[in-house]
Amino acid sequence: MMTTDASTIGTAHNQEVELPDTVGIQTLGFWIYLMSDLIIFSTLFATFAVLGRNYAGGPTGKELFELPYLLVETLFLLFSSVTYGLAMLAVHDGKKKWVLIGLAVTFLLGLGFVSMEINEFHRMIAAGHGPDRSAFLSSFFTLVGTHGTHVTFGLIWMAVVIGQVAVKGLTSPVQSRLMRLSMFWHFLDIIWIGIFSIVYLMGVM
Amino acid sequence: MSQAAVDSTGAGRGSLKSYLTGFILSLILTAIPFALVMNGTLSPSATLAGILSAGMVQILVHLHYFLHLDTSSAARWNVLAMIFTVLIMILFVGGTIWIMNSLHYRMM
Amino acid sequence: MFGKLSLAAIPYDQPITISAVGGAVLLGLVILGLITYYRKWTYLYKEWLTSLDHKKIGIMYIILALVMLLRGFSDAILMRSQQAMAAGGSPGFLTPGHFDQIFSAHGSIMIIFMAMPFLAGLINIVVPQQIGARDVAFPFMNSLSLWLTTAAALLVMVSLGVGEFSQAGWSGYAPLTELQYSPGTGVDYWIWAFQIAGIASTMTGINFLVTIMKMRAPGMKPMRMPLFIWTTFCTMVLVVWAFPVLTAALAMVTLDRYLGMHFFTNTLGGNMMMYANLFWTWGHPEVYIVILPAFGIFSEVVATFSGKRLFGYVSMVYATAAITILSFSVWVHHFFTMGASPNVNLFFGIATMLIAIPTGVKIFNWLFTMYRGRIRFTPPMYWTLGFIVTFAIGGAAGVLMAVPPADYVLHNSLFLIAHFHNVLIPGTLFGFFAGYYYWFPKATGFRLQENWGKRAFWCWAIGFYLAFIPLYVLGFMGMPRRMAHYATPAWHPYLLVAALGTAVIALGIVFLGIQLLVSIKERQALSDLTGDPWDGRTLEWMTSSPPAVYNFPKIPVVDEIDAFMDMKEKGVAYRRPDQYNDIEMPKNAPHGFIIGASAFVFGFAMIWYIWWLAILAALGMLFTVIARSFDDDTHYLIPAAEVERIENERYRQLAAVAKRHLADEQTIPEPVPEM
Repeated sequence: MMTTDASTIGTAHNQEVELPDTVGIQTLGFWIYLMSDLIIFSTLFATFAVLGRNYAGGPTGKELFELPYLLVETLFLLFSSVTYGLAMLAVHDGKKKWVLIGLAVTFLLGLGFVSMEINEFHRMIAAGHGPDRSAFLSSFFTLVGTHGTHVTFGLIWMAVVIGQVAVKGLTSPVQSRLMRLSMFWHFLDIIWIGIFSIVYLMGVM
Repeated sequence: MSQAAVDSTGAGRGSLKSYLTGFILSLILTAIPFALVMNGTLSPSATLAGILSAGMVQILVHLHYFLHLDTSSAARWNVLAMIFTVLIMILFVGGTIWIMNSLHYRMM
Repeated sequence: MFGKLSLAAIPYDQPITISAVGGAVLLGLVILGLITYYRKWTYLYKEWLTSLDHKKIGIMYIILALVMLLRGFSDAILMRSQQAMAAGGSPGFLTPGHFDQIFSAHGSIMIIFMAMPFLAGLINIVVPQQIGARDVAFPFMNSLSLWLTTAAALLVMVSLGVGEFSQAGWSGYAPLTELQYSPGTGVDYWIWAFQIAGIASTMTGINFLVTIMKMRAPGMKPMRMPLFIWTTFCTMVLVVWAFPVLTAALAMVTLDRYLGMHFFTNTLGGNMMMYANLFWTWGHPEVYIVILPAFGIFSEVVATFSGKRLFGYVSMVYATAAITILSFSVWVHHFFTMGASPNVNLFFGIATMLIAIPTGVKIFNWLFTMYRGRIRFTPPMYWTLGFIVTFAIGGAAGVLMAVPPADYVLHNSLFLIAHFHNVLIPGTLFGFFAGYYYWFPKATGFRLQENWGKRAFWCWAIGFYLAFIPLYVLGFMGMPRRMAHYATPAWHPYLLVAALGTAVIALGIVFLGIQLLVSIKERQALSDLTGDPWDGRTLEWMTSSPPAVYNFPKIPVVDEIDAFMDMKEKGVAYRRPDQYNDIEMPKNAPHGFIIGASAFVFGFAMIWYIWWLAILAALGMLFTVIARSFDDDTHYLIPAAEVERIENERYRQLAAVAKRHLADEQTIPEPVPEM
């Protein structure tokens, strides 16, 4: 598909439409949105840095976090990043079936991550260590929970896009959407690196 | 699959090799900090340094191998925006920690 | 079923409030009635509510801003009246709780619902035209931003009649905003209004950043962009990188209130000072967000009405960039007295003083632009001159307060109030009024009446001095801000003068209203038939007034700064293209309006704890977004023949004007005849 800049008006062709660089504009815009999201997470990280030792007589990270469990969660998310990447390779090769398989596997891995996180939160809350127990727990649940919420929205988006690929095929708008979801998904794995390093690993030390 | 492939917008795109390389590196860079903490053989400050450096390197791995950030002209705006964001993050997070630390010391 | 909502939420027992509500409801019914009587619902829906046209979206933003200006100003009238009366033991006519709601609403409205929509409106109308583009990067998201902002403003308006508004100030400090100390709905209204508007603003930031980065006409290299584009770019950088901090901070207050968390509580580990830190990390960039567009407007206005290129273009660009970067690093000056160490205060104090330097550079450049120019004293020039003189005082007051020991005396006194009104009113508001007059003909096709504009200016300028200079004195005399009543009789005379100033400003607002009505009435006589009523220098003056939906039939090619003036001087400004092409434009879409309406319902439901309604509204927003994503038929084609017809009509009109005004001193351009 032609993505000519607005400047290249075809003087030879009479009825040519001046097409802006739509996909480039969409991906740049989405990237800038991701930068703004990075600032939201930075604020939550900064809050965790400030409030992260305010246990108020309640439990500490060392007492609450289970590293093997965390490792499995982390691998779920990392693997899902790779499977999404493989799905994108299939997109560029126009292989619709493999795109759907790649996305479906990514979705399941992502769902696994979210399920493990919900389970972890549930156990903590049931034991009385919910976000209302202390400032440490408030900042923990909010930082990790915001990431988990982003992943959940990513899964909803992924389900919609799987539907669109199935119904419409790999049209240009669908491809552009897949590109942006790809950026979103990898970005979330990057945030997770920050979380497991600073919240969990440092918290357990 | 071609190396450093570029799509119709000029943005970078991956290849099987780049995704697998990124994957392997990420696995290693995940294993290292987990092992350091679970083993506990190093001193706290060394463990901390290990966690943070492994984390930072893995983020760079993700940015390059998964998000295709590089020095090409197509990715230039993205890299610029990223660098600016990182500077603001350092300012905001570092500033907050400095300020709140000072307040904590004097007011709490 | 209705959460906390009941009929008791309506303030029957407060006469002032209930009459204001009654008046607003009556006015609303009259407007709805008139629309129905003149059968304009379909027109309204098709041409405005579902429009993705940046020019119309801009106009709607400005209408919102002007309405909210009236609301915010009524709060000001109430406050000044109260303080003029409540001297030496007298309680005045407002209870402290009511007074607190008023100052909280005043600040919230003026910053978030007057200044932000006003700048969004001007930017929307002007920026695509000024860079030679047909639209913004994301027209649908543009519509979404507008309607989300409107929804948020509506929440603030509704709080007057259903429940109450926050009493914790526009800055909403903890722990006062915590549930324990503000158990009513007031703080929740504030939270949701700010949160929804903040998300809308962030989207606008992304939209215009990408528009400026990616959609400039060929040849418009960065150092050929008009100053207004530079200031818009820098403003959007501030928006995108600062608003997320507000989003997170408000979310944390929300979590404290709704889920009993402990971010900013004074028990179980919360840190109340952290709120102030986070709020001002956003709050300081925010005030630069509202001033930079005004600086950009002044640059445009000064150059145009001095008949000269802006002096020191390069230094203006660097000064704008310096202000942008610095404004991210000064936020502690809003809480020097909270108790951080001298080292912390010193760093931020020095950074704050440094910002005055690039601002000074700008002022000198404007003056040098005027020097030896052929100045036309139009209302925008009046607003600009008033700004230069008056803003300098406010800036100097700011530099004084940048010195931490001085700030220890002046923090939260009326000196502070005087300072920030002194930079916001002559700076932001005068700038927006100048932009409003300057670009009004471009947006509507007719000019605003000049004399009423000048009268309005004099009232605003004189009224400003009367209303705010006494506050500097009161600050030195020790009067704190936000006082409903006071015992010190020595303060009284100054507050009387301030109240008089408010009355003069009110006259200025009345004159602006008269100006608008008179201009509409006389719009034939005031019509702008060429699209270039001021002999402008930048590309927006190349289009017709109002422009065709596509702005430019052919994207212009830029060779120089002040691209349009360059074209006029070379005689190519109105050259007809060899041929016209089909033009693709976005179709109208109702989704933005629907999501905005749902956001209002969501906010209202959350405020009143009507959980089922909140969930329904949230799902509604999600499904609308998903529905939009399935729509592949989002553009329509304007055939080349239609473009040609529209342009031929334009050239006919240009020729008619040229014939009528051959002897006129204004440079009316001659259209180049078809080959």
